[in-house]
Amino acid sequence: MANPLVVTNLVKSFNGRKALDGVSLDLRQSEILGLLGPNGAGKSTLVRTIMGRVTPNSGEVAIFGRGAPAGDNVAREQVGVVPQEIALYPLLTARENLMVFGRYHGLHGDALDHAIQESLSWAGLAERAFDATKQLSGGMKRRLNMAAGVIHKPKLLLLDEPTVGVDPQSRERIYQMIETLRAGGVSMIYTTHYMEEAERLCDRIAIIDHGRIIASGTKDELVRSTIGDKREMVMVEKVPSLEAVFLHLTGRDLRE
Amino acid sequence: MIGNIVRTGWMNLRRDRAAWMLSFVVPIVFFSIFASIFGGRRSSTPRVTVLIVDEDRSDRSKRLVNALRAESALKVIDKADAASAEAVIKKGDAAVALVIPKGFGTTQITFGPAKAGAPSFRMLRDPSDMIAPQVVSGMLQKTLFVGMPDMMITGGMDALEKFGGPLTPQQRENLQKQATNLKNLPRQKQQQGDLVKLDVTDVVGSKDNPIIAFYGAGVGVMFLLFTASGAGGALLDEVESGTLDRILSTRVSMSKLLAGKLVYLWSLGVAQLIVMFVWGALVFRLPLMSHLAGFAIMTSVTALTCATFGLLLASVSRTRAQLSAISTLAVLSISALGGSMFPRFLMSEKLQRASLVLFNSWALDGYINVFWREAPLSTLVAPVAVLIGWAVVFFFIARQLARRWEFV
Repeated sequence: MANPLVVTNLVKSFNGRKALDGVSLDLRQSEILGLLGPNGAGKSTLVRTIMGRVTPNSGEVAIFGRGAPAGDNVAREQVGVVPQEIALYPLLTARENLMVFGRYHGLHGDALDHAIQESLSWAGLAERAFDATKQLSGGMKRRLNMAAGVIHKPKLLLLDEPTVGVDPQSRERIYQMIETLRAGGVSMIYTTHYMEEAERLCDRIAIIDHGRIIASGTKDELVRSTIGDKREMVMVEKVPSLEAVFLHLTGRDLRE
Repeated sequence: MIGNIVRTGWMNLRRDRAAWMLSFVVPIVFFSIFASIFGGRRSSTPRVTVLIVDEDRSDRSKRLVNALRAESALKVIDKADAASAEAVIKKGDAAVALVIPKGFGTTQITFGPAKAGAPSFRMLRDPSDMIAPQVVSGMLQKTLFVGMPDMMITGGMDALEKFGGPLTPQQRENLQKQATNLKNLPRQKQQQGDLVKLDVTDVVGSKDNPIIAFYGAGVGVMFLLFTASGAGGALLDEVESGTLDRILSTRVSMSKLLAGKLVYLWSLGVAQLIVMFVWGALVFRLPLMSHLAGFAIMTSVTALTCATFGLLLASVSRTRAQLSAISTLAVLSISALGGSMFPRFLMSEKLQRASLVLFNSWALDGYINVFWREAPLSTLVAPVAVLIGWAVVFFFIARQLARRWEFV
């Protein structure tokens, strides 16, 4: 079976400046590939090229073994997108937003109703289904944003910083949602600036800078290839992180 | 898919009270204001206020003032002297004053050049009003001819003798008798004596409430443009929020999305015009039911062209703020030139011809053909063809401009 995603030697220039300079990567079944890099490194251009929104100067994107040039939405029917922005209709309810995007993905009738119920439940929003999206909290909007990206049950999911601006409880919930997807066989590209998030969720990590993948592999492989096999034993007194203190005080349960 | 885009547009509108008001309530309010101001009057000529200063105070000058007062086109206000009349005009409460000179009662009317030293009427006017002085001048001449026939006869006798030779004593006596009889006729009978008989027949325009059709079409098309450009801005909201990227990553292509937006804007425009014209029919007796076919044709194509124009404005603009500025300027300009605010037939011929470049002038012409001229449907072929032509051009340009959102 072909890998969910194979990117081969992508090059894209904007006004003579190379945003992608020969990027190649592949994503395996049920794998989460973390995409790390500083601002302006080329992460968003890469994700948008995979989405079909950017036409590369050269190179190729293949989804489940099929070439997927920009604009080929048929090749991307198995792809879900969770953008960094809250890309929803603020005046519509949570349920209506899911209905709209479900229909855009070709769902109808009972299949659509079932998918909406499942997505609301998955995102912990069943009780707020009939609230206008603009009235939801930041964390809820983030989760609804994710639900709209997976309403059609994609096999490949592109997540662009899905935990930006949310409280620790919501972030925990989002981690659980992502774990559920992985357990269901969904393969994911996950861009983030939070290293601990990448460590916790990602099977492999690709580090991109100046439009090039400068390193990739598991965390251990990255450590080995950059710092080496040397180990230094240091005795430290383990001080809990501030987040651990916060969660200890406020609990892990979702508040909203 | 297009149905889903249309449904989404309506769901958003249903939740947006401000947009709902702008689409359906404000146009009705504006239409009602225009209709109340201009539509309540059956007579097509408004009354002109004229200040009369009678410096002569003779029997004849009083008869003239009374004859002017009896004219339905004039509203006569007496003033004691020219200075007070001038003050009223300067204040803006009237545009014209007529001063009847001392000696008018004893001076014979002359046909031909005025006698040297004969007293002359004076007119004080506000030149910003180009119509009222002309109306008063014309009514003065008409009143002297029709309302004071005895003066005309005695003046005419003098002119006849001067140019045609002396009258016999018998002729002179008969004419003097006739002049006296006419002078003693009741004023109403004097007023009835027009020089030529004139029957007036309205050959265009609804018999019930003629001017409503103008304002129904004018206000309707103007607000349709505002609504279409505002609703077209939803596309920019989707661009700015990242929703467009998300939509285009589904089965929806840019062409389908624009087609869906077009159908939504068209349905919104049709609904808006239906609501407004039904309101016009219920409240202002606009004859909608007797012109349904023409209304349906014109509403369909007008809403289509306005919808594509809204999409064009949205695709030209980079941001919502830019769209707001561009659309306000564009809609107000083409509404003014196209006849929404001011009937085109009152414009200069040059401007009337030039305004045919604008699609909304064709829309208004079509509606006016239906409701005002009650012309056959075949007269709508030209407006419909032009409107559809513009719609195709607008949509094509909007589609081309939207490529920048499609791929980078």
